[in-house]
Amino acid sequence: MDPMAVAGDVLVAAVGIATPLALAATGEVLAERSGVVNLGIEGAMLFGALGGAIGATVAGSATGLGVGILAGVLVAALFAAVAIGAGADQIITGTAVTLASVGLTGTIYRQFYGPAGVGLSLPTLSPIPIPFLADLPLIGDALFAQPVTTYLMYILVPLVWYLLFRTRPGLAVRAVGEDPTAARAAGVSVRLTRAWAVLAGGALAGLAGATLVLAQVGTFTERMTAGRGFIAIAIVVLGRWNPVGAGLAALLFGLATALQFALQAAGLDVPYQFFLMLPYLLTLFALAGAVGRGQAPAALGKSEG
Amino acid sequence: MLLTLTGISKSFGAVQALRDVDLAVAAGEVHAVLGENGAGKSTLMHIADGLLPPDTGTVAVDGRPVRFRSARDARGHGIGMVHQHSTAVPAFSVMENIALAAGWAVAPTRLRRRVEALTERLALPLDPSLPASTLSVSLKQRLEIIKALAAEARVLLLDEPTAVLAPAESEELFRFVRRFTQGGGGVALITHKLEEALAVADRITVLRRGAVVLSSPRSEVTAEGLTTAMIGGSLVVAPPAVPLRDGPVLVQCEGLEVRGDGGRGLRQASCTIRGGELVAVAGVEGNGQRELLRAVAGLTRPFRGLLEVARPVAFVPEDRTTEGLIPSMTLTENVVLGVGRAASWVTGRGVRRVDWSAARQRTAELADRFDVRSDGTEATAGSLSGGNQQKLLVARALERRPRVLVAENPTRGLDLQATAEVHGRLHAAAAAGAAVLVYSNDLDEVLVLGDRVLVAAGGVITEAPAGIDRVRLGAMILGQGGPDAE
Amino acid sequence: MRSNLRALGIGAAALLIGLFLLAVGLELAGYDAGAALAALWDGAFGSWRAFTGATLVRAVPLILIGLGFALALRGGALNIGAEGQFYAGAIAAAWVGVHAGGWPAWVALPAVALAGLAAGALWMLLPVILKLRFGVLEVITTLLLNFVAEALVSFMVQGPMQEPSGIYPQSAPIVEAARLPFLFGSRLHAGFVVALLVALALAWVFARTWWGFRLRALGEGPRAAEVSGRVRAGRMLAVALLWSGALAGLAGAFEVSGVSYALYQNLSPGYGFTAIGVALLARLRPSAIVLTGVVFAALEAGAGAMQRDAGIPAVAVYVVEGVVILVLLLGDAAARRQASRRAVPVVDGSP
Repeated sequence: MDPMAVAGDVLVAAVGIATPLALAATGEVLAERSGVVNLGIEGAMLFGALGGAIGATVAGSATGLGVGILAGVLVAALFAAVAIGAGADQIITGTAVTLASVGLTGTIYRQFYGPAGVGLSLPTLSPIPIPFLADLPLIGDALFAQPVTTYLMYILVPLVWYLLFRTRPGLAVRAVGEDPTAARAAGVSVRLTRAWAVLAGGALAGLAGATLVLAQVGTFTERMTAGRGFIAIAIVVLGRWNPVGAGLAALLFGLATALQFALQAAGLDVPYQFFLMLPYLLTLFALAGAVGRGQAPAALGKSEG
Repeated sequence: MLLTLTGISKSFGAVQALRDVDLAVAAGEVHAVLGENGAGKSTLMHIADGLLPPDTGTVAVDGRPVRFRSARDARGHGIGMVHQHSTAVPAFSVMENIALAAGWAVAPTRLRRRVEALTERLALPLDPSLPASTLSVSLKQRLEIIKALAAEARVLLLDEPTAVLAPAESEELFRFVRRFTQGGGGVALITHKLEEALAVADRITVLRRGAVVLSSPRSEVTAEGLTTAMIGGSLVVAPPAVPLRDGPVLVQCEGLEVRGDGGRGLRQASCTIRGGELVAVAGVEGNGQRELLRAVAGLTRPFRGLLEVARPVAFVPEDRTTEGLIPSMTLTENVVLGVGRAASWVTGRGVRRVDWSAARQRTAELADRFDVRSDGTEATAGSLSGGNQQKLLVARALERRPRVLVAENPTRGLDLQATAEVHGRLHAAAAAGAAVLVYSNDLDEVLVLGDRVLVAAGGVITEAPAGIDRVRLGAMILGQGGPDAE
Repeated sequence: MRSNLRALGIGAAALLIGLFLLAVGLELAGYDAGAALAALWDGAFGSWRAFTGATLVRAVPLILIGLGFALALRGGALNIGAEGQFYAGAIAAAWVGVHAGGWPAWVALPAVALAGLAAGALWMLLPVILKLRFGVLEVITTLLLNFVAEALVSFMVQGPMQEPSGIYPQSAPIVEAARLPFLFGSRLHAGFVVALLVALALAWVFARTWWGFRLRALGEGPRAAEVSGRVRAGRMLAVALLWSGALAGLAGAFEVSGVSYALYQNLSPGYGFTAIGVALLARLRPSAIVLTGVVFAALEAGAGAMQRDAGIPAVAVYVVEGVVILVLLLGDAAARRQASRRAVPVVDGSP
C-alpha cells in the first residue's frame, strides 16, 4: 500500500477521533478554569450522544446536534445544582451524575428503540471539502474535508480561548477559579460564574456526544462514550487548561488511536488490544512529563460550602 | 458628608458585634476608627463596604441613604476598601487585577496604557505586567489602593493598613493618604495603634465591645483618654521572667540557607539561642524569617549550612485553622495529633495504638489549666473562638515538653487579655528552661517580648543591638541602618 | 450515637427517594412499576437462595472495593480505578488458580488471594509514582488505567491465557483446590467471611491505631496534619492507595475463585464504580459499608430479576445508585449549612 495514502488515512481518522474529544475538553477547560472539575461530562457526552441519535431520527442531523447540546446542558445543570448550588464534593457529584446518566441513557434508549436495543442506524454527516484547502497534500483531506462538526470545533476552540483570555467574562471565570475570595471582593458572583462555565461546558460536551454519533459511529449503543469524557479531562491537564492546548492534545490522542490502523496495515503482528491501550498509556506518560499542579487553577476542585 | 453610618447594629447568633454605632467620613478628612481586636471595627467596615448587611441602621452616601447588596454596589457609590490582607488574584498580573476590580476591558495593549496613566496620576508606580504573586507586601497593598482608585473611589476604607508594613513604608502610605484627602477624598482608617490615630487622623472614634465609647476631633483627645476608652478596665499582665543568660545552647545555626516558596527565602542566618532565652524576630513578611522558624521547627530542610536544634521541638504556626488545628476534629484529636507519638496515650510497639480515654482525660486537664473555653473535649476545634484556639495550640505545644519552642505571630487577631495570657505562657516556657523563638510582624510586640531581637531583612538574619528603639528597628527591617551601616 | 442515627436516616431516605424516582420513571415510561419493584425485591431477598447466591455473592466485591475506596479517601486520595485493580487481581488469581494443579487447598487458596492482593497493589503502583514524583492527580491516572486493564483482560483471554481449545474468549477453569468453599450449603463463598473480617480490621485501624488516626487527620486537614502532626503525606497516601488497590485486587481474586472459576471479559458489571456509592452511602465507615454493600448488591441482584421478569433494562438501577449518591450529597450540604448558621462567623481580627 502507498505509504502516503496510509498516512493520509491515519490523519483523517485522527482528526475525526480528535473532534469530539477536543470539543468536550474545551468545555471542560471552561469549567476547570472556573475552579470546577466536572467528571459528569462523561454523562453529559453520553446524553449528548443519545440526544443526537433521537434528534436525528426524528428530524435530521441538524436537530440531532441541537438536541445533543441541550441534553448536555441538562446533565451539566444537574451537576451544577448539586456541586455548585449545594456545594457538594465535585468529584463525587460528577461520578454520581455519570452513573445516573449511564442508567438513564440505557433505559431511555431501549424505550425508544426496543428491548433488543438494535436496529438503530443513522446516516453519518458527510465530509464537506473546503475548496483548494482540501487539495493540499497529506493534510488536505484530514483537516479540510471533514464533517461540519469538525469545522465547528475549529471555530469553538479559538473562540473559547478568546473568551477566556481577552474578555471580561473570561477574566471573571479565571478569577473565580484562581481565588474565589478575591473574585468575590471584586464583585463577581462565584456560584453564578461557575454555574455558567459548567453549563457552557455541558453544552460542548453534549455537542461532543452528538458528534460521536452523527459524525463517527452512526448509531447509539449503551455506554458508547466508553470513557471519552474522562479522557477529555486528562486532555485538559495535558493542554495545560488552555483551549488551544487541549485541542492539540486531543489531536495527539486521536493520532495515537488512529496509528493502530497504520500499524495494522503495515502487517505488524501485535495483538489489537495493545493498540487499544496505547492512547491511554501515552496519555499517562504525557501527563507525567507535562504536568505539575503549578499550571492548574489554584481553586480547582474546591467546593464552596 | 461623603459616607455616613447611622445607628448600625449587627449580631451573629448570640454575639452582638455592633450596637447602635454612628460613623461619618467627611471629604478632606481622615477618620480613625480605634479599638482593640474584637471591638467590631472590621464588622463595621464590612457593612460600609457592602460585604455584610446591617441588622438595623442606615448607610448614606452624600447624604442619600443607600442599601448595598455587595462590594460591587459599594464600589459603584465610590466606596473602596483596602483589606488588611491582599485580595489580589495571585496568578493574575497587576493590570488584570485592576481590570477585574474596576470593570475595565481586558485587551492587553489598551489596558496597560490605561493602568500606566492611572499609576502615574496617583504617583504610585507599579509595573502593570508583574504577576501579583511576586509583589512584596507593601506593593501588594499599593495594588489594593490602585484597584480601589481605579474604580473611582472617593472614600477609602483602610483596614489595619500598617500591620504588615515597616515604619518607613507606613509613612509613605500616610503621605499618600494626605494627598488623597487634600484632593477631596475621605478616609476611614481602622487601627488598634494609638500613635497612628493620633499622628494622621482629623477625627477619632473609639469602639469597645461593639459600641462607640468616644468620638471627637483629634485636637480634643489625649493618648491617656484614648487608652482608657479602648481598654475600659485594667489588664492583668504577667511580669516577664528574668532570662537565664547561662543556659545550655539549644539552637545553633551557622551560614544557614533555606529555600522559600517562589525563589526568595532565607539566604544567610547565624544564631545561637540558649535555654531560658526568649528571642523575638522582627521583619516584614517575606524576608526569610518564616523559613528560619520553620527550619528550626524541623519542617523544612536547610539547603546549606549548619543547624543544630535540641529535641523535642514544638511549633505554633501562624495560621491557626489551616496549619495548627483541624477544625472538624475534636479538641482531643487535635491534641493527640500535635503532641505526637511520644505521648503517654500512644501505646504498643508493632502497631501503635491510641488510648483515647487517657487522651481525653489529659485534654480536659490541659483545657482547664490553660483556660480553653469550649463545650468539652469532644467539641470540634472549629467551634472555639480564635483566642481559645490559640490557647489550645500553646497548651498542646507545651505538652510536648519542648526544649525549643517556635511560634509565628502567636497573638495575631487576639484581644489584649488573650494576648497577655499568651505572652505569659511564652515567658513561662523560657523561664522553665526552654529556648523560645518567636516571630511577630508587630514591632511593638517584638520589643515587649524579646530578651533579644533578631532582624530579618532581604533574607539575611542579623542581631539587633541591645536596647534598640522602635525607629532604629524599623529602619533595620527595611535593610537600612543596621549595626554595620554607616 | 445521634449522628449515627441521623446518618442512617439520611441514607435510608436517599435510598427511598432513589427507588421512588425509579418507580415514577418506569410508570411514565409505561412499565408496571409495582411489578418491577416486586421483581427487584424477589431477585434480591425473595428466597434464601436469592439472598445468599445473588445478593450476598455480589456484596463481597462491593464491600471489599468499598473498604479500599474508604481507606484511600479517609486520607484524602480518590481511587476511582478500582475496576482496573479488580481486573488486575482477577488476572493474577486466575493465572495462579489455573497453574495450581496438585497443590493442597490450604496452599492454593491463600496463593490465589495473595496474587489478587499483590496484583491490585501493583496496578496502583503507577498512579502512586505519578502522584508522588510528578504531581499527577490520582483521579485521572487510576481512571485511565481502567481502560488499560480492560484491554489487558481482553488480550489475556484471547491470547496467553485462553482456554486450551482456543474457541472461547475465556481462560481455562481454575483447579478445584483453588476454589473457595461455600457457606451454609449455598452459593455464597467463603470470601464473604474475609470481607467481614477486613471490615472489622479496618474499623479497628481507623478507631484505635495511631496510623489510622493520622490518616484521618491527613484527610480532614492536610496542612495541619503535615505541619502540626508531622505526617509525611506522600508516604502515608502511597500506603493507603496501595492497600486500596490491593483490596480491589482481592475482590477480583475472590470473583474468580468463588464465582466464575475462570477469567472472563466483563467479569465485573461495574463493581468499581458502584462501590464508590457503597462507601459514600456508608460515610466511609467500615461497619456501615458492610450494610450498604449488601443494599447495593441487592439492587444489582434485583436488577437482573427485573430485566428477566418485567423487561426493564438492568442498567436502570444505575439511576437509583446515582440518585442515592446525589440525594446524600444534598442532605450533607443541607446539614452543613444548618451547622454553619448556628456557628458564629469570625469577622473581626484574623481573616
